[in-house]
Amino acid sequence: MFIAIHRTFFFWFTGILLAAALGAIFYFGLPVGIDFAGGSLMQVQYPNGRPALAAVEQEVSTVPLGPVSVRASGSDAVSIRTATLTPEEHTAVLAALSHNASTTELSYTSVGPSLGAQFTSKALWAIFAVVLAIVLFIAFAFRKVSRPVPSWVYGLTVIVILVHDLVIPAGFFAIFAHFTGAEVDSLFVTALLALLGYSVNDTIIIFDRVREHLAVNEKTGTKEDFETTVGKSISETMTRSINTSLTVVLALAVLVILGAAATRTFALVMLVGVIAGTYSSVLLAAPLLIPLSRYFTKK
Amino acid sequence: MTRYRVFALVALLAGILLAYFVWGTQANPYSNYRFKLGLDLAGGTELVYKADMASTSPSERAGALSALQGVIERRVNLFGVAEPLVQTETASALTGQTEDRLIVDLPGVTNVQAAVDALGKTPTLDFELVASSTAAGASSTPQFVLTGLTGRYLSGATLAFGSGATAGLAAPQVEIQFDSTGAALFEKITSENVGKQLAIFLDGQPISAPVIKEAIPGGKATITGNFTATEARDLAQNLNFGALPVPISLESSSSVGPTLGGAAVAAGVVAGLVAFAIIALFMLAWYRFPGLVAAVALAEYLALMLAVIKLIPITLTASGIAGLIISTGMAVDANVLIFERTKEELRKGESPREAVHIGFGRAWTAIRDGHLTMIISGIILFWLGTSIVQGFALVFLLGVLASFISAVSVSRVYLLAFVPETAGKAWHFLLSSGFRKS
Repeated sequence: MFIAIHRTFFFWFTGILLAAALGAIFYFGLPVGIDFAGGSLMQVQYPNGRPALAAVEQEVSTVPLGPVSVRASGSDAVSIRTATLTPEEHTAVLAALSHNASTTELSYTSVGPSLGAQFTSKALWAIFAVVLAIVLFIAFAFRKVSRPVPSWVYGLTVIVILVHDLVIPAGFFAIFAHFTGAEVDSLFVTALLALLGYSVNDTIIIFDRVREHLAVNEKTGTKEDFETTVGKSISETMTRSINTSLTVVLALAVLVILGAAATRTFALVMLVGVIAGTYSSVLLAAPLLIPLSRYFTKK
Repeated sequence: MTRYRVFALVALLAGILLAYFVWGTQANPYSNYRFKLGLDLAGGTELVYKADMASTSPSERAGALSALQGVIERRVNLFGVAEPLVQTETASALTGQTEDRLIVDLPGVTNVQAAVDALGKTPTLDFELVASSTAAGASSTPQFVLTGLTGRYLSGATLAFGSGATAGLAAPQVEIQFDSTGAALFEKITSENVGKQLAIFLDGQPISAPVIKEAIPGGKATITGNFTATEARDLAQNLNFGALPVPISLESSSSVGPTLGGAAVAAGVVAGLVAFAIIALFMLAWYRFPGLVAAVALAEYLALMLAVIKLIPITLTASGIAGLIISTGMAVDANVLIFERTKEELRKGESPREAVHIGFGRAWTAIRDGHLTMIISGIILFWLGTSIVQGFALVFLLGVLASFISAVSVSRVYLLAFVPETAGKAWHFLLSSGFRKS
């Protein structure tokens, strides 16, 4: 009941968090990686010790390529981002790098600008499609529940939740990227899409309980305040909301600490997203039904 | 009860068999069912080419693309790579414009340029009619009309020396032989256009435009040009490996060295084992007896997932392994829902066995709706394409389905095989949850 009673506090708290995340996104920006913008990215290892980044940049710039960005990667490697390279230019850069030191190329990715643009539009559509499909599905799944709030209000509430679950990890990523040089890549989009599907799970658990209570009340003719029903549903499902997320959080934490470097940022974004998703389900989704029900009963 | 004990035994045996299959096929280095590792794990190069279909009619696109695939496959095999993979993809961007792509995977190859060069030597060949025979106005550019006769209908090429009338030496030339379809097409074109010029385009450049004197049956043609003997020999050789029906251009490439890939595999295995152990321990500590059941069901879930990944087979990538590990955490979700519900019913005073029955029944709607939203996002993820995303999406989708099965059927059977009708304190303790004794 605690949450249902103090919902205004949580609404404000969520609002401040969302504002902070949006602020981070607009202030720091989301740096776009080569998957979207096109370009080439190579990771080169210096087994005998990494030279100064400026020196590496100097060597790369002996090949005329336009702007070059060199970053440290791991303890003995650098990652070099340039505009889309031709195979010849790529070979020339490698030759320039191994001029003074022995180097090993760990990985190389090159994406043409048109492919990047296509992926951007596809990714945005995919996010839109997932949100729409989930909202419609929730509205459908709760179609038999019409009192005191119509079934589509459950879907509407889920939109708010999904936007929250997208903005919080994106805001986190903006701050994270600002300090580490990470970039928005296809895995980041994958994380967001998987989160959209997963984070509504907890919301469904609570809504499902509300649905069950409403059905039982109707059958037995029990009159119960909607606020009480929602509050009861939240506290009854609290343990399972936390435990279902906790197991995923454990798996993600292991992946961040021990997993492959290629998926570390991905796992971190998902970790933040799963926590944000649980928070939004318990403290935002169900409590939001209460003011909405007031609005509909007044009419 | 006896019935459920039999089911439980079957489920346990099935799990052990699956695990044995996964382990046994992996231990045998010659097994066909070893994990297929993606290029980001095994090391290798992926090249994505765009096929330029600008001068191909829409109805012929599919045919041209598969012909393209065949030619590049022959090229790649020549390159001497173990298990290369050439795939085609038709991407329809939402702008309505379709783009045909050729994806070439070369495991073990890390030199992008060498690979690109080897594939890039594949010539494009096509034949076009010269529309307006501009005999008088020599300066005006001639108009070319497509004939549909391209390099895809080629069956072979040989180097020959023609009797050059003007030059004193025999001029090197290339004789080509069409396959039966190409021969019929060639005969039709030549018979209908006697007196016109038929230009031969090599790599987009017209290299000669002989006048058709008469219909040519049999599908033999000669390419003459200002070849040196070496050029003609190389051309014949390259044409023998196939000529491309349409030009291609490199759109993206990526390569991963073997060190990075090996490290990713090792990290994935360690992270997977640790994640499984932590989740199993948590379930056991919190849910006691049902937790033990969940841990066994989770192990069976993993064995099932790995077996399916081997059997389909799904190529494992770093993102796929991440998906598998995350799905381990998600797979127990349904169990958590069921156990919590069972505990609630138990508190209401139901008998333990009845509580388990009701727990499964009541948790079902939430489990169903929750899994369906994950399936929705999984399908859309898969549609998003690119190998990294699909690697994750496939494992994620499979994981959702497998956890459905393992939670709803496997753990149910185990629980019902052991939980008694009426219970004393011991069973009450075992079916409760939390870290305290209550």
